[in-house]
Amino acid sequence: MHGEGSSRKVAREELIQARKLLAKSHAERSYAAGEPILQVRDLVKHFPLTQGVLFKRQVGAVKAVDGVSFDLRKGETLGIVGESGCGKSTVAKLITHLERPTAGTIRYKGNDITRASGRALKAVRRNIQMVFQDPYTSLNPRMTVGDIIGEPFDIHPEVAPKGDRRAKVQELLDVVGLNPEYVNRYPHQFSGGQRQRIGIARGLALRPEIIVADEPVSALDVSVQAQVVNLMERLQDEFGLSYVFIAHDLSIVRHISDRVGVMYLGKLVEVGTETEIYEHPTHPYTQALLSAVPVPDPEAEGRRERIVLEGDVPSPANPPSGCHFRTRCWKAQQRCAEEEPPLAVPENFADSLPGEAVHHPSACHFAAERAAVVGPVET
Amino acid sequence: MTGPPAIEGPDETETLAGVESQAERAGGKGPSSPGREPRERARSLWSDAWHDLRRNPVFLIAGLLIAFLVLISVWPGLIASRDPLSCRLGRSLDASSAGHWFGFDTQGCDVYTRVVYGARTSVTVGVCATLGVAVLGSVLGGLAGFFGGVWDAVLSRLTDIFFGIPMILGGLVFLSMTGSRSVWTVVAFIVLLGWPQVARIARGSVITAKQNDYVLAARALGAGNARMMTRHILPNAVAPVIVTATIALGTYISLEATLSFLGVGLQPPTVSWGADISAASQGMQFRNAPHILLYPAAALSLTVLAFIMLGDAVRDALDPKLR
Repeated sequence: MHGEGSSRKVAREELIQARKLLAKSHAERSYAAGEPILQVRDLVKHFPLTQGVLFKRQVGAVKAVDGVSFDLRKGETLGIVGESGCGKSTVAKLITHLERPTAGTIRYKGNDITRASGRALKAVRRNIQMVFQDPYTSLNPRMTVGDIIGEPFDIHPEVAPKGDRRAKVQELLDVVGLNPEYVNRYPHQFSGGQRQRIGIARGLALRPEIIVADEPVSALDVSVQAQVVNLMERLQDEFGLSYVFIAHDLSIVRHISDRVGVMYLGKLVEVGTETEIYEHPTHPYTQALLSAVPVPDPEAEGRRERIVLEGDVPSPANPPSGCHFRTRCWKAQQRCAEEEPPLAVPENFADSLPGEAVHHPSACHFAAERAAVVGPVET
Repeated sequence: MTGPPAIEGPDETETLAGVESQAERAGGKGPSSPGREPRERARSLWSDAWHDLRRNPVFLIAGLLIAFLVLISVWPGLIASRDPLSCRLGRSLDASSAGHWFGFDTQGCDVYTRVVYGARTSVTVGVCATLGVAVLGSVLGGLAGFFGGVWDAVLSRLTDIFFGIPMILGGLVFLSMTGSRSVWTVVAFIVLLGWPQVARIARGSVITAKQNDYVLAARALGAGNARMMTRHILPNAVAPVIVTATIALGTYISLEATLSFLGVGLQPPTVSWGADISAASQGMQFRNAPHILLYPAAALSLTVLAFIMLGDAVRDALDPKLR
């Protein structure tokens, strides 16, 4: 009797202990859910334009990224869309420390990592990984798949002890849906979609918290795109990943993203949830972009109004004054050339409630909804 | 050289033997990788390349030829019992006969013996000059291409300057200034004037390899410069250097011949194929006695061919796409 009682007591204590642990992990999770895992503020990247052969002097700068700010929460997918040359890929390279920003800050879990170097940078790299656009150039043709996926463990030996590595590599292949026996094959023996899976496996190897995917599916066939996007969604649920998903395909971004940022000429022009951006866009550029997406229903396609932008994107070396979009905007007025619109909830929607769809940041002086714009159907 | 296919490699640390054996191709792995990288995994570029090379007839033929050449360079006495310098003018230009298979040259020396003894000079000049040029050129060119910036600009201009100096003219100027010329003087001269060619090619291919996304991916993983150079850039940039170097090897052997012909290369009593070819082509004696030109020239051609075949085989083995 006595023995039974004491063992019950022990069991109860264990239960209490377990509950405490559970509560603690809940607390951590809720903290993490509230606090953004990545905070980007006023990020600027200027590439100098130089002249001269041996003695170079700077004659200007390409303003690839010109003041970009956003937050990424844990487990969230932030889509970034925009046309070619708007600075999307440069943002990806800045977050992953492949380029040094000219100005601005990047905070990971509250720590400023903008100028991290040496050991600190290596630790950051463990947590922020990248998936590249072109699966044909992002894998070293002279390394076996086992070497490619195992390389993260060579660089960060603390992640996996030497004896475990091969098993880990095969596990990763299995996770991304490839046959674990493929370790000794070379990249050219795989199709584009399989190669992208290998690239994703390499990105996952260090169990990062953030994955920056720079147009991960734009080089793939449409059928394969869906597979890869679905894989990425599954991995997000499985590993609690946060994604910065960069693409120019609006439907894919809508499918995968929780929030979407629209970029134009080095700046974010509108940020909001998937519904806010796709169904209630208030920035003229977003509206033009959405109107260019074909609608699979011929009747709806005939009824809707297309906004055709005139002219070309201005050179990022010499962007227009004020609002960058004013040279192609049908609403542009004198004010747009003089005053740069901030990325905030626009004035004319200032009295809208936070829950309303139009209540989201849009960098336009004359932000307004436009009835005829039909967003792409969710795929 | 033709090892049986299923040799178990004792130097390969087998970590997951069970998993390994499934995935292993029927051939098994090589008894030794070229020793560039100690591998804990079963398959990598270098071990796969070695695995392929051992089965490539071109590599085997070239390897045998080169091994033979090296052997007779070290011990010419193995197959030639006479003295290459004992000549009798009375036998000048005599045709081949029993015991003197290649006949006699203008000076009445045994051509066979001279061809065998000449291998040492020609192989030394060819191999050492090529090694020197390839190492110096690819290190300087590769570093310039990898790091870029001021050093790249300085190096590029320096190679431009060297390109302006013709080899023959440079040879006449440099080598006539040196008092006594040995094989090593000639090697040093060729390395001095030859490295810019390889440096340019190495620089170009490193720049090309550097721009690939996999290099960015390695950097994003936190790879250091050393790892990026050895694992990612070197294997992808080495092919053009190998090709250029193996072709240059033949050129250097003939350059040594040319320099000897012009009187600024090796001097008698040094025996070399180049010197013998030059001597044979003087005064048109080879019209009456073609053997004095034919045999040293054939030896030279065969050597050059062997090295070019070797270079070709190595380049192909390092390209997994050709597998």
